[in-house]
Amino acid sequence: MMSPAIKVNDLVVEYTSSQGTIRAVNGLDLSIAEGEVYALLGENGAGKTSTVEVLEGHRSRVGGQVEILGIDPTAGGSRRRELRDQIGIVLQTSGIEPEITPREVLTLFGAVYRNPYSLSDVVERVGLAGFVDQRVGSLSGGQRRRLDLAVAVIGRPRVLFLDEPTTGFDPSARRNAWELVRSLHADGTTILLTTHYLEEAEFLADRVGVISRGEMLVEGPPRELQQAHGRSVMSVEIAGAGSLSDVEASVAAVLDGISSTLAWQGTRLLITTEETTKVLERITRWALSMGADLSEWSIERPSLEQVFLELNADIDREGDDD
Amino acid sequence: MTEARRFPPSLPLLIRQAGHQLRLFVRVPVAVFFTIALPFVVLLIINATSGDRLIRDPNGEWPVDAFVCVAIAAFTAVSATFTNLANMVPIRREEGVLQRWRSTPLPVWVFVGGHVLAAVVIAVASVVFMLAVGVALYGVSVPLSSIPALVVTVVVATTAFAAMGMAVAALVPTASAASGVANAIVLPMALISNVFIPMESPPTALDIAANLLPLRPFVDAVQAPLHPVDPTTVPQWGALGVIVLWGVAGFACAVRTFRWNAAPGGSTRRRRAAHQSG
Repeated sequence: MMSPAIKVNDLVVEYTSSQGTIRAVNGLDLSIAEGEVYALLGENGAGKTSTVEVLEGHRSRVGGQVEILGIDPTAGGSRRRELRDQIGIVLQTSGIEPEITPREVLTLFGAVYRNPYSLSDVVERVGLAGFVDQRVGSLSGGQRRRLDLAVAVIGRPRVLFLDEPTTGFDPSARRNAWELVRSLHADGTTILLTTHYLEEAEFLADRVGVISRGEMLVEGPPRELQQAHGRSVMSVEIAGAGSLSDVEASVAAVLDGISSTLAWQGTRLLITTEETTKVLERITRWALSMGADLSEWSIERPSLEQVFLELNADIDREGDDD
Repeated sequence: MTEARRFPPSLPLLIRQAGHQLRLFVRVPVAVFFTIALPFVVLLIINATSGDRLIRDPNGEWPVDAFVCVAIAAFTAVSATFTNLANMVPIRREEGVLQRWRSTPLPVWVFVGGHVLAAVVIAVASVVFMLAVGVALYGVSVPLSSIPALVVTVVVATTAFAAMGMAVAALVPTASAASGVANAIVLPMALISNVFIPMESPPTALDIAANLLPLRPFVDAVQAPLHPVDPTTVPQWGALGVIVLWGVAGFACAVRTFRWNAAPGGSTRRRRAAHQSG
Protein backbone atom coordinates (compact mmCIF):
# COMPACT_ATOMS: atom_id res chain seq x y z
CA MET A 1 0.00 0.00 0.00
CA MET A 2 1.42 3.38 -1.02
CA SER A 3 1.64 6.02 1.69
CA PRO A 4 -0.91 8.79 1.21
CA ALA A 5 0.07 11.93 -0.70
CA ILE A 6 -1.56 14.12 1.92
CA LYS A 7 -1.75 13.06 5.54
CA VAL A 8 -3.26 15.14 8.33
CA ASN A 9 -3.65 13.95 11.92
CA ASP A 10 -5.49 15.87 14.60
CA LEU A 11 -4.87 19.27 13.01
CA VAL A 12 -5.60 22.29 15.20
CA VAL A 13 -5.49 25.86 13.89
CA GLU A 14 -6.27 28.90 16.01
CA TYR A 15 -6.53 32.61 15.36
CA THR A 16 -5.78 35.12 18.03
CA SER A 17 -7.59 38.42 17.80
CA SER A 18 -8.43 41.15 20.26
CA GLN A 19 -11.63 39.24 21.09
CA GLY A 20 -9.67 36.17 22.15
CA THR A 21 -8.70 32.90 20.57
CA ILE A 22 -10.84 31.30 17.91
CA ARG A 23 -10.31 27.67 16.99
CA ALA A 24 -10.76 27.45 13.21
CA VAL A 25 -9.76 23.81 12.83
CA ASN A 26 -10.39 21.42 15.67
CA GLY A 27 -8.71 18.03 15.45
CA LEU A 28 -9.15 17.37 11.75
CA ASP A 29 -7.97 14.10 10.19
CA LEU A 30 -7.48 13.73 6.49
CA SER A 31 -5.79 11.18 4.29
CA ILE A 32 -5.64 11.55 0.54
CA ALA A 33 -4.14 8.86 -1.65
CA GLU A 34 -1.69 9.56 -4.43
CA GLY A 35 -3.64 10.24 -7.60
CA GLU A 36 -6.90 10.94 -5.83
CA VAL A 37 -9.11 14.01 -6.37
CA TYR A 38 -10.55 15.10 -3.03
CA ALA A 39 -13.03 17.93 -2.56
CA LEU A 40 -13.29 19.75 0.75
CA LEU A 41 -16.73 21.28 1.22
CA GLY A 42 -17.93 23.56 3.94
CA GLU A 43 -19.67 26.82 4.53
CA ASN A 44 -17.70 30.05 4.89
CA GLY A 45 -15.82 29.89 8.18
CA ALA A 46 -16.03 26.09 8.39
CA GLY A 47 -12.25 25.86 8.38
CA LYS A 48 -11.55 24.62 4.87
CA THR A 49 -9.36 27.53 3.78
CA SER A 50 -7.44 27.41 7.08
CA THR A 51 -6.83 23.71 6.53
CA VAL A 52 -5.64 24.20 2.96
CA GLU A 53 -3.39 27.09 3.98
CA VAL A 54 -1.68 24.89 6.55
CA LEU A 55 -1.14 22.20 3.92
CA GLU A 56 0.27 24.79 1.51
CA GLY A 57 2.69 26.01 4.18
CA HIS A 58 1.11 29.45 4.31
CA ARG A 59 -0.27 29.20 7.83
CA SER A 60 1.11 27.83 11.07
CA ARG A 61 -0.74 25.29 13.16
CA VAL A 62 -1.20 24.91 16.88
CA GLY A 63 -1.19 21.13 16.89
CA GLY A 64 -1.28 17.96 14.86
CA GLN A 65 0.85 16.29 12.19
CA VAL A 66 0.80 17.25 8.53
CA GLU A 67 2.71 15.63 5.71
CA ILE A 68 2.60 16.30 1.99
CA LEU A 69 4.50 13.64 0.03
CA GLY A 70 6.18 12.74 3.32
CA ILE A 71 7.37 16.29 4.02
CA ASP A 72 6.04 18.62 6.71
CA PRO A 73 5.00 21.86 4.97
CA THR A 74 6.78 23.89 7.66
CA ALA A 75 10.11 22.21 6.80
CA GLY A 76 12.93 24.51 5.76
CA GLY A 77 15.93 24.42 3.49
CA SER A 78 16.26 21.69 0.89
CA ARG A 79 13.18 19.77 2.16
CA ARG A 80 11.15 22.91 1.65
CA ARG A 81 12.45 23.35 -1.87
CA GLU A 82 11.88 19.68 -2.64
CA LEU A 83 8.26 19.96 -1.51
CA ARG A 84 7.60 23.25 -3.34
CA ASP A 85 8.90 21.65 -6.53
CA GLN A 86 6.25 18.93 -6.28
CA ILE A 87 3.18 20.98 -5.38
CA GLY A 88 1.11 23.51 -7.26
CA ILE A 89 -1.22 26.00 -5.63
CA VAL A 90 -4.10 28.05 -6.97
CA LEU A 91 -4.63 30.75 -4.38
CA GLN A 92 -7.81 32.75 -3.98
CA THR A 93 -5.85 35.90 -4.81
CA SER A 94 -4.04 35.81 -8.08
CA GLY A 95 -0.58 37.07 -7.11
CA ILE A 96 0.58 38.10 -10.55
CA GLU A 97 1.73 41.61 -11.36
CA PRO A 98 -0.72 43.37 -13.71
CA GLU A 99 2.13 44.91 -15.72
CA ILE A 100 3.39 41.70 -17.34
CA THR A 101 2.02 39.23 -19.88
CA PRO A 102 1.03 35.58 -19.39
CA ARG A 103 3.94 34.51 -21.61
CA GLU A 104 6.40 36.39 -19.40
CA VAL A 105 4.83 35.09 -16.19
CA LEU A 106 4.80 31.47 -17.29
CA THR A 107 8.38 31.62 -18.61
CA LEU A 108 9.51 33.16 -15.33
CA PHE A 109 7.72 30.60 -13.15
CA GLY A 110 8.60 27.65 -15.37
CA ALA A 111 12.29 28.44 -14.93
CA VAL A 112 12.32 27.67 -11.20
CA TYR A 113 11.09 24.06 -11.43
CA ARG A 114 13.09 20.96 -12.16
CA ASN A 115 10.74 19.44 -14.69
CA PRO A 116 8.23 22.01 -15.93
CA TYR A 117 5.68 21.64 -18.68
CA SER A 118 6.45 23.63 -21.79
CA LEU A 119 4.83 27.02 -22.16
CA SER A 120 2.87 26.00 -25.25
CA ASP A 121 1.59 22.85 -23.55
CA VAL A 122 0.21 24.73 -20.55
CA VAL A 123 -1.17 27.60 -22.60
CA GLU A 124 -3.10 25.18 -24.75
CA ARG A 125 -4.36 23.11 -21.84
CA VAL A 126 -5.82 26.07 -19.94
CA GLY A 127 -7.07 27.84 -23.07
CA LEU A 128 -4.93 30.97 -22.83
CA ALA A 129 -3.73 30.86 -26.42
CA GLY A 130 -5.51 34.06 -27.43
CA PHE A 131 -4.13 36.18 -24.61
CA VAL A 132 -0.51 35.15 -23.98
CA ASP A 133 0.86 38.52 -25.02
CA GLN A 134 -1.74 40.72 -23.39
CA ARG A 135 -0.96 42.52 -20.11
CA VAL A 136 -2.31 40.59 -17.12
CA GLY A 137 -4.04 43.77 -15.93
CA SER A 138 -6.20 43.80 -19.04
CA LEU A 139 -7.41 40.19 -18.76
CA SER A 140 -10.97 39.42 -17.71
CA GLY A 141 -11.62 37.74 -14.36
CA GLY A 142 -12.06 34.35 -15.99
CA GLN A 143 -8.92 34.71 -18.10
CA ARG A 144 -6.95 35.63 -14.98
CA ARG A 145 -8.16 32.56 -13.14
CA ARG A 146 -7.06 30.47 -16.09
CA LEU A 147 -3.65 32.08 -15.84
CA ASP A 148 -3.61 31.31 -12.10
CA LEU A 149 -4.29 27.71 -12.96
CA ALA A 150 -1.55 27.73 -15.60
CA VAL A 151 0.98 29.17 -13.11
CA ALA A 152 -0.01 26.54 -10.56
CA VAL A 153 0.53 23.62 -12.92
CA ILE A 154 3.55 24.85 -14.92
CA GLY A 155 5.90 22.99 -12.56
CA ARG A 156 4.23 19.63 -13.30
CA PRO A 157 3.06 19.20 -9.69
CA ARG A 158 2.40 15.81 -8.11
CA VAL A 159 0.01 17.46 -5.66
CA LEU A 160 -2.22 20.34 -6.68
CA PHE A 161 -4.17 22.57 -4.30
CA LEU A 162 -7.15 24.31 -5.85
CA ASP A 163 -8.82 26.84 -3.59
CA GLU A 164 -12.10 27.68 -5.31
CA PRO A 165 -10.52 27.40 -8.74
CA THR A 166 -13.50 28.30 -10.90
CA THR A 167 -15.04 31.16 -8.94
CA GLY A 168 -15.91 33.83 -11.50
CA PHE A 169 -15.80 31.49 -14.49
CA ASP A 170 -18.53 31.48 -17.08
CA PRO A 171 -20.02 28.02 -17.74
CA SER A 172 -17.81 27.23 -20.72
CA ALA A 173 -14.66 28.35 -18.93
CA ARG A 174 -15.71 26.17 -16.00
CA ARG A 175 -16.11 23.19 -18.30
CA ASN A 176 -12.62 23.84 -19.70
CA ALA A 177 -11.15 24.07 -16.21
CA TRP A 178 -12.85 20.81 -15.30
CA GLU A 179 -11.39 19.17 -18.37
CA LEU A 180 -7.96 20.40 -17.32
CA VAL A 181 -8.41 19.00 -13.81
CA ARG A 182 -9.56 15.71 -15.29
CA SER A 183 -6.56 15.53 -17.60
CA LEU A 184 -4.24 16.24 -14.65
CA HIS A 185 -6.07 13.55 -12.72
CA ALA A 186 -5.54 11.18 -15.63
CA ASP A 187 -1.81 12.00 -15.45
CA GLY A 188 -1.83 10.84 -11.82
CA THR A 189 -1.85 14.24 -10.10
CA THR A 190 -3.24 14.27 -6.57
CA ILE A 191 -5.71 17.14 -6.26
CA LEU A 192 -7.21 18.77 -3.19
CA LEU A 193 -10.04 21.05 -4.13
CA THR A 194 -12.15 23.43 -2.11
CA THR A 195 -15.25 24.70 -3.74
CA HIS A 196 -18.61 26.32 -3.23
CA TYR A 197 -19.98 24.57 -6.30
CA LEU A 198 -21.36 21.23 -5.27
CA GLU A 199 -21.73 20.10 -8.85
CA GLU A 200 -18.02 20.76 -9.26
CA ALA A 201 -17.23 18.40 -6.41
CA GLU A 202 -19.72 15.88 -7.74
CA PHE A 203 -18.18 16.04 -11.21
CA LEU A 204 -14.50 16.02 -10.29
CA ALA A 205 -13.96 14.38 -6.94
CA ASP A 206 -13.27 10.75 -6.14
CA ARG A 207 -14.01 11.59 -2.53
CA VAL A 208 -15.68 14.46 -0.76
CA GLY A 209 -15.26 15.64 2.82
CA VAL A 210 -17.74 17.98 4.44
CA ILE A 211 -16.31 20.04 7.27
CA SER A 212 -18.13 22.20 9.73
CA ARG A 213 -16.80 24.18 12.68
CA GLY A 214 -13.33 22.85 12.05
CA GLU A 215 -14.31 19.20 12.21
CA MET A 216 -14.88 16.55 9.58
CA LEU A 217 -18.59 15.84 9.41
CA VAL A 218 -18.70 13.07 6.82
CA GLU A 219 -16.49 11.94 4.02
CA GLY A 220 -16.75 9.47 1.19
CA PRO A 221 -17.33 9.15 -2.51
CA PRO A 222 -20.03 11.59 -3.67
CA ARG A 223 -22.35 8.73 -4.63
CA GLU A 224 -22.09 7.10 -1.21
CA LEU A 225 -22.73 10.38 0.55
CA GLN A 226 -25.79 10.91 -1.56
CA GLN A 227 -27.07 7.48 -0.71
CA ALA A 228 -26.20 7.58 2.95
CA HIS A 229 -27.25 11.11 3.79
CA GLY A 230 -29.68 12.27 1.20
CA ARG A 231 -33.37 11.83 0.84
CA SER A 232 -34.62 10.73 -2.53
CA VAL A 233 -37.72 12.16 -4.12
CA MET A 234 -40.05 9.46 -5.48
CA SER A 235 -42.98 10.41 -7.61
CA VAL A 236 -45.87 8.43 -9.05
CA GLU A 237 -49.27 8.82 -10.73
CA ILE A 238 -51.99 6.90 -8.90
CA ALA A 239 -55.29 6.12 -10.62
CA GLY A 240 -58.35 4.16 -9.45
CA ALA A 241 -57.99 4.83 -5.71
CA GLY A 242 -60.42 7.68 -5.24
CA SER A 243 -59.84 11.41 -4.78
CA LEU A 244 -56.44 12.91 -4.17
CA SER A 245 -57.21 13.43 -0.51
CA ASP A 246 -58.35 9.79 -0.17
CA VAL A 247 -55.12 8.65 -1.83
CA GLU A 248 -53.02 10.86 0.42
CA ALA A 249 -54.74 9.55 3.55
CA SER A 250 -54.32 5.91 2.47
CA VAL A 251 -50.68 6.34 1.48
CA ALA A 252 -49.92 8.13 4.76
CA ALA A 253 -51.46 5.21 6.64
CA VAL A 254 -49.54 2.66 4.58
CA LEU A 255 -46.26 4.48 5.15
CA ASP A 256 -46.79 4.68 8.88
CA GLY A 257 -43.43 4.18 10.63
CA ILE A 258 -41.33 5.21 7.64
CA SER A 259 -39.80 8.67 7.74
CA SER A 260 -41.28 10.43 4.73
CA THR A 261 -43.13 13.50 3.60
CA LEU A 262 -45.89 13.73 1.01
CA ALA A 263 -46.68 16.49 -1.45
CA TRP A 264 -48.58 16.95 -4.69
CA GLN A 265 -47.28 18.19 -7.98
CA GLY A 266 -50.45 18.38 -10.07
CA THR A 267 -51.75 14.83 -9.95
CA ARG A 268 -48.35 13.34 -9.14
CA LEU A 269 -47.68 12.31 -5.59
CA LEU A 270 -44.17 13.22 -4.37
CA ILE A 271 -42.73 11.16 -1.53
CA THR A 272 -39.48 12.39 -0.01
CA THR A 273 -37.69 9.69 1.96
CA GLU A 274 -34.40 7.97 2.70
CA GLU A 275 -36.03 4.54 2.60
CA THR A 276 -36.95 4.21 -1.03
CA THR A 277 -37.10 0.42 -1.08
CA LYS A 278 -39.57 0.14 1.80
CA VAL A 279 -41.72 2.90 0.37
CA LEU A 280 -41.77 1.20 -3.00
CA GLU A 281 -42.68 -2.16 -1.50
CA ARG A 282 -45.51 -0.86 0.74
CA ILE A 283 -47.09 1.34 -1.91
CA THR A 284 -46.96 -1.42 -4.50
CA ARG A 285 -48.60 -3.87 -2.06
CA TRP A 286 -51.27 -1.29 -1.18
CA ALA A 287 -51.99 -0.55 -4.87
CA LEU A 288 -52.35 -4.26 -5.67
CA SER A 289 -54.78 -4.78 -2.80
CA MET A 290 -56.80 -1.72 -3.84
CA GLY A 291 -56.74 -2.53 -7.54
CA ALA A 292 -55.19 0.91 -8.09
CA ASP A 293 -52.99 1.69 -11.06
CA LEU A 294 -49.48 3.09 -10.52
CA SER A 295 -47.77 4.69 -13.48
CA GLU A 296 -44.72 6.76 -14.33
CA TRP A 297 -42.70 5.97 -11.26
CA SER A 298 -39.57 8.04 -10.90
CA ILE A 299 -36.93 8.14 -8.21
CA GLU A 300 -34.51 11.00 -8.09
CA ARG A 301 -31.39 10.73 -6.03
CA PRO A 302 -30.57 13.86 -4.07
CA SER A 303 -27.88 16.14 -5.42
CA LEU A 304 -24.74 16.58 -3.37
CA GLU A 305 -26.00 20.08 -2.77
CA GLN A 306 -29.06 18.77 -0.92
CA VAL A 307 -26.87 16.46 1.15
CA PHE A 308 -24.64 19.36 2.02
CA LEU A 309 -27.48 21.69 2.92
CA GLU A 310 -29.15 19.05 5.09
CA LEU A 311 -25.94 18.20 6.91
CA ASN A 312 -25.31 21.84 7.66
CA ALA A 313 -28.91 22.39 8.70
CA ASP A 314 -28.54 19.49 11.15
CA ILE A 315 -25.41 21.03 12.57
CA ASP A 316 -27.11 24.40 12.96
CA ARG A 317 -29.99 22.79 14.83
CA GLU A 318 -27.59 21.00 17.17
CA GLY A 319 -25.75 24.26 17.65
CA ASP A 320 -28.96 26.05 18.60
CA ASP A 321 -29.67 23.43 21.25
CA ASP A 322 -26.62 24.21 23.36
CA MET B 1 12.57 10.42 -13.02
CA THR B 2 11.88 13.79 -11.46
CA GLU B 3 14.17 12.94 -8.57
CA ALA B 4 17.13 12.52 -10.89
CA ARG B 5 16.91 16.09 -12.16
CA ARG B 6 18.72 18.91 -10.46
CA PHE B 7 17.31 22.29 -9.63
CA PRO B 8 18.24 25.02 -12.09
CA PRO B 9 21.39 26.90 -11.00
CA SER B 10 20.84 29.95 -8.82
CA LEU B 11 22.80 32.60 -10.69
CA PRO B 12 20.72 32.51 -13.90
CA LEU B 13 17.59 32.46 -11.71
CA LEU B 14 18.85 35.55 -9.88
CA ILE B 15 19.52 37.35 -13.15
CA ARG B 16 16.10 36.35 -14.47
CA GLN B 17 14.42 37.65 -11.30
CA ALA B 18 16.33 40.93 -11.53
CA GLY B 19 15.42 41.22 -15.21
CA HIS B 20 11.78 40.70 -14.29
CA GLN B 21 11.96 43.47 -11.69
CA LEU B 22 13.63 45.81 -14.20
CA ARG B 23 10.90 45.08 -16.73
CA LEU B 24 8.27 45.86 -14.11
CA PHE B 25 10.06 49.08 -13.20
CA VAL B 26 10.01 50.46 -16.73
CA ARG B 27 6.34 49.48 -17.04
CA VAL B 28 5.28 51.36 -13.91
CA PRO B 29 5.33 54.98 -15.13
CA VAL B 30 4.92 56.42 -11.65
CA ALA B 31 8.08 54.65 -10.44
CA VAL B 32 10.12 55.97 -13.37
CA PHE B 33 8.69 59.43 -12.79
CA PHE B 34 9.51 59.63 -9.09
CA THR B 35 12.89 57.96 -9.40
CA ILE B 36 14.34 59.82 -12.37
CA ALA B 37 12.06 62.43 -13.93
CA LEU B 38 11.10 64.29 -10.77
CA PRO B 39 14.64 64.62 -9.34
CA PHE B 40 15.78 65.77 -12.80
CA VAL B 41 13.15 68.51 -12.89
CA VAL B 42 13.97 69.51 -9.31
CA LEU B 43 17.63 69.72 -10.27
CA LEU B 44 16.85 71.99 -13.24
CA ILE B 45 14.71 74.27 -11.07
CA ILE B 46 17.15 74.52 -8.17
CA ASN B 47 20.06 75.24 -10.44
CA ALA B 48 18.08 77.78 -12.46
CA THR B 49 17.42 79.72 -9.27
CA SER B 50 20.61 79.36 -7.25
CA GLY B 51 22.92 81.72 -9.18
CA ASP B 52 26.70 81.45 -9.21
CA ARG B 53 27.35 80.88 -5.51
CA LEU B 54 30.24 78.79 -4.31
CA ILE B 55 29.79 76.10 -1.67
CA ARG B 56 32.68 75.52 0.74
CA ASP B 57 33.40 72.06 2.03
CA PRO B 58 36.47 70.77 3.86
CA ASN B 59 38.26 70.06 0.57
CA GLY B 60 37.63 73.39 -1.11
CA GLU B 61 34.94 75.20 -3.06
CA TRP B 62 32.25 73.88 -5.41
CA PRO B 63 30.12 75.80 -7.90
CA VAL B 64 26.64 75.42 -6.40
CA ASP B 65 25.11 73.85 -9.52
CA ALA B 66 27.72 71.07 -9.69
CA PHE B 67 27.42 70.48 -5.94
CA VAL B 68 23.63 70.15 -6.10
CA CYS B 69 23.77 67.99 -9.23
CA VAL B 70 26.06 65.42 -7.59
CA ALA B 71 23.99 65.48 -4.40
CA ILE B 72 20.79 64.85 -6.36
CA ALA B 73 22.53 62.05 -8.26
CA ALA B 74 23.11 60.38 -4.87
CA PHE B 75 19.52 61.10 -3.91
CA THR B 76 18.15 59.36 -7.03
CA ALA B 77 20.17 56.28 -6.09
CA VAL B 78 18.39 56.28 -2.73
CA SER B 79 15.01 56.72 -4.42
CA ALA B 80 15.77 53.83 -6.75
CA THR B 81 16.58 51.48 -3.89
CA PHE B 82 15.17 52.51 -0.52
CA THR B 83 12.05 54.38 -1.66
CA ASN B 84 11.14 52.06 -4.51
CA LEU B 85 11.44 48.87 -2.49
CA ALA B 86 9.65 50.35 0.53
CA ASN B 87 6.83 51.35 -1.84
CA MET B 88 6.59 48.44 -4.22
CA VAL B 89 7.17 45.41 -1.99
CA PRO B 90 4.07 46.12 0.16
CA ILE B 91 2.04 46.63 -3.04
CA ARG B 92 3.23 43.26 -4.34
CA ARG B 93 2.45 41.74 -0.96
CA GLU B 94 -1.13 42.98 -1.20
CA GLU B 95 -1.40 41.72 -4.77
CA GLY B 96 -0.43 38.29 -3.45
CA VAL B 97 2.75 38.21 -5.52
CA LEU B 98 5.01 37.47 -2.55
CA GLN B 99 2.85 34.59 -1.38
CA ARG B 100 2.69 33.23 -4.92
CA TRP B 101 6.50 33.07 -5.11
CA ARG B 102 6.69 31.62 -1.65
CA SER B 103 4.72 28.67 -3.01
CA THR B 104 7.46 27.86 -5.52
CA PRO B 105 10.86 26.20 -5.13
CA LEU B 106 12.62 29.51 -5.84
CA PRO B 107 15.03 30.07 -2.92
CA VAL B 108 14.04 33.06 -0.81
CA TRP B 109 17.45 34.68 -1.20
CA VAL B 110 17.15 34.56 -4.99
CA PHE B 111 13.72 36.19 -4.86
CA VAL B 112 14.84 38.98 -2.52
CA GLY B 113 18.22 39.20 -4.24
CA GLY B 114 16.48 39.79 -7.57
CA HIS B 115 14.69 42.80 -6.09
CA VAL B 116 17.90 44.17 -4.61
CA LEU B 117 19.98 43.58 -7.75
CA ALA B 118 17.38 45.29 -9.96
CA ALA B 119 17.18 48.23 -7.56
CA VAL B 120 20.96 48.61 -7.57
CA VAL B 121 21.01 48.50 -11.37
CA ILE B 122 18.35 51.21 -11.52
CA ALA B 123 20.31 53.23 -8.95
CA VAL B 124 23.51 52.99 -10.97
CA ALA B 125 21.67 53.96 -14.15
CA SER B 126 20.10 56.96 -12.38
CA VAL B 127 23.47 58.11 -11.08
CA VAL B 128 25.01 57.78 -14.54
CA PHE B 129 22.13 59.78 -16.01
CA MET B 130 22.38 62.55 -13.42
CA LEU B 131 26.15 62.78 -13.75
CA ALA B 132 25.80 62.93 -17.53
CA VAL B 133 23.44 65.86 -17.04
CA GLY B 134 26.01 67.37 -14.68
CA VAL B 135 28.81 66.99 -17.18
CA ALA B 136 26.68 68.44 -19.97
CA LEU B 137 25.10 71.35 -18.11
CA TYR B 138 26.86 72.10 -14.83
CA GLY B 139 30.56 71.60 -15.39
CA VAL B 140 30.80 68.40 -13.35
CA SER B 141 33.93 66.46 -14.25
CA VAL B 142 34.31 62.74 -13.66
CA PRO B 143 38.04 61.91 -13.62
CA LEU B 144 38.80 58.36 -14.74
CA SER B 145 40.84 57.78 -11.57
CA SER B 146 37.72 58.52 -9.49
CA ILE B 147 35.51 55.97 -11.15
CA PRO B 148 36.53 52.89 -9.11
CA ALA B 149 35.87 54.72 -5.82
CA LEU B 150 32.58 56.00 -7.19
CA VAL B 151 31.44 52.55 -8.31
CA VAL B 152 32.33 50.94 -4.98
CA THR B 153 30.57 53.72 -3.10
CA VAL B 154 27.38 53.55 -5.16
CA VAL B 155 27.13 49.76 -5.23
CA VAL B 156 27.85 49.23 -1.53
CA ALA B 157 25.66 52.10 -0.36
CA THR B 158 22.69 51.31 -2.60
CA THR B 159 22.76 47.68 -1.48
CA ALA B 160 22.56 48.95 2.09
CA PHE B 161 19.72 51.33 1.18
CA ALA B 162 17.92 48.43 -0.49
CA ALA B 163 18.17 46.48 2.78
CA MET B 164 16.73 49.48 4.65
CA GLY B 165 13.91 49.66 2.09
CA MET B 166 13.14 45.99 2.71
CA ALA B 167 13.00 46.69 6.45
CA VAL B 168 10.43 49.45 5.93
CA ALA B 169 8.51 47.15 3.55
CA ALA B 170 8.48 44.51 6.28
CA LEU B 171 7.35 46.91 8.99
CA VAL B 172 4.60 48.91 7.28
CA PRO B 173 1.23 47.21 7.61
CA THR B 174 -0.30 48.20 4.26
CA ALA B 175 0.69 49.36 0.80
CA SER B 176 -1.19 52.61 1.23
CA ALA B 177 0.85 53.42 4.34
CA ALA B 178 4.13 52.50 2.66
CA SER B 179 4.53 55.45 0.33
CA GLY B 180 3.82 57.94 3.11
CA VAL B 181 6.24 56.27 5.49
CA ALA B 182 9.03 56.05 2.90
CA ASN B 183 8.69 59.72 1.96
CA ALA B 184 8.40 60.80 5.58
CA ILE B 185 11.78 59.18 6.16
CA VAL B 186 13.57 60.27 3.00
CA LEU B 187 12.46 63.86 2.47
CA PRO B 188 13.33 65.34 5.90
CA MET B 189 16.59 63.41 5.79
CA ALA B 190 17.33 64.92 2.36
CA LEU B 191 16.76 68.42 3.74
CA ILE B 192 19.52 68.01 6.33
CA SER B 193 21.84 66.07 4.01
CA ASN B 194 22.90 68.75 1.50
CA VAL B 195 20.65 67.29 -1.18
CA PHE B 196 18.38 70.15 -2.21
CA ILE B 197 19.77 72.89 -0.01
CA PRO B 198 23.48 72.92 0.82
CA MET B 199 23.76 73.49 4.59
CA GLU B 200 26.48 76.06 5.15
CA SER B 201 26.30 76.70 8.87
CA PRO B 202 23.90 74.19 10.42
CA PRO B 203 23.26 73.95 14.19
CA THR B 204 25.73 71.44 15.66
CA ALA B 205 23.00 69.01 16.76
CA LEU B 206 21.51 68.89 13.30
CA ASP B 207 24.94 68.41 11.79
CA ILE B 208 25.67 65.48 14.10
CA ALA B 209 22.28 63.93 13.43
CA ALA B 210 22.76 64.26 9.67
CA ASN B 211 26.14 62.53 9.89
CA LEU B 212 24.73 59.64 11.91
CA LEU B 213 21.87 59.06 9.46
CA PRO B 214 22.81 57.26 6.25
CA LEU B 215 21.96 59.83 3.57
CA ARG B 216 24.46 62.61 4.38
CA PRO B 217 27.43 60.20 4.53
CA PHE B 218 26.30 58.83 1.15
CA VAL B 219 26.10 62.30 -0.41
CA ASP B 220 29.55 63.10 1.02
CA ALA B 221 30.96 59.81 -0.27
CA VAL B 222 29.62 60.43 -3.79
CA GLN B 223 30.82 64.02 -3.80
CA ALA B 224 34.36 63.26 -2.64
CA PRO B 225 35.57 61.49 -5.81
CA LEU B 226 33.91 64.20 -7.93
CA HIS B 227 35.27 67.18 -6.04
CA PRO B 228 36.25 69.92 -8.49
CA VAL B 229 39.38 70.89 -6.55
CA ASP B 230 40.67 67.71 -4.95
CA PRO B 231 38.88 64.53 -6.13
CA THR B 232 39.67 61.45 -4.03
CA THR B 233 40.52 58.13 -5.63
CA VAL B 234 39.66 55.90 -2.69
CA PRO B 235 36.16 55.44 -1.23
CA GLN B 236 35.26 57.33 1.94
CA TRP B 237 35.45 54.30 4.19
CA GLY B 238 34.21 56.09 7.30
CA ALA B 239 31.07 57.33 5.55
CA LEU B 240 30.52 53.96 3.91
CA GLY B 241 30.90 52.33 7.33
CA VAL B 242 27.98 54.38 8.70
CA ILE B 243 25.83 53.40 5.70
CA VAL B 244 26.76 49.73 5.96
CA LEU B 245 25.84 49.70 9.65
CA TRP B 246 22.40 51.04 8.73
CA GLY B 247 22.21 48.44 5.98
CA VAL B 248 23.04 45.61 8.35
CA ALA B 249 20.43 46.88 10.82
CA GLY B 250 17.91 47.04 7.97
CA PHE B 251 18.78 43.54 6.84
CA ALA B 252 18.41 42.12 10.35
CA CYS B 253 15.11 43.89 10.79
CA ALA B 254 13.82 42.67 7.40
CA VAL B 255 14.80 39.06 8.12
CA ARG B 256 13.08 39.14 11.51
CA THR B 257 9.85 40.83 10.54
CA PHE B 258 9.30 40.15 6.84
CA ARG B 259 5.75 39.10 5.99
CA TRP B 260 4.82 37.25 2.82
CA ASN B 261 1.07 37.58 2.93
CA ALA B 262 -1.08 40.63 3.43
CA ALA B 263 -2.53 40.61 6.91
CA PRO B 264 -6.26 41.27 6.75
CA GLY B 265 -6.56 44.05 9.30
CA GLY B 266 -2.81 44.32 9.33
CA SER B 267 -2.19 43.19 12.89
CA THR B 268 -1.67 39.45 12.63
CA ARG B 269 1.71 38.37 13.86
CA ARG B 270 3.56 36.07 11.54
CA ARG B 271 6.92 35.81 13.20
CA ARG B 272 6.97 32.10 12.73
CA ALA B 273 6.39 32.37 9.01
CA ALA B 274 9.23 34.87 8.80
CA HIS B 275 11.57 32.54 10.65
CA GLN B 276 10.86 29.77 8.22
CA SER B 277 12.01 31.95 5.38
CA GLY B 278 15.68 31.21 5.92
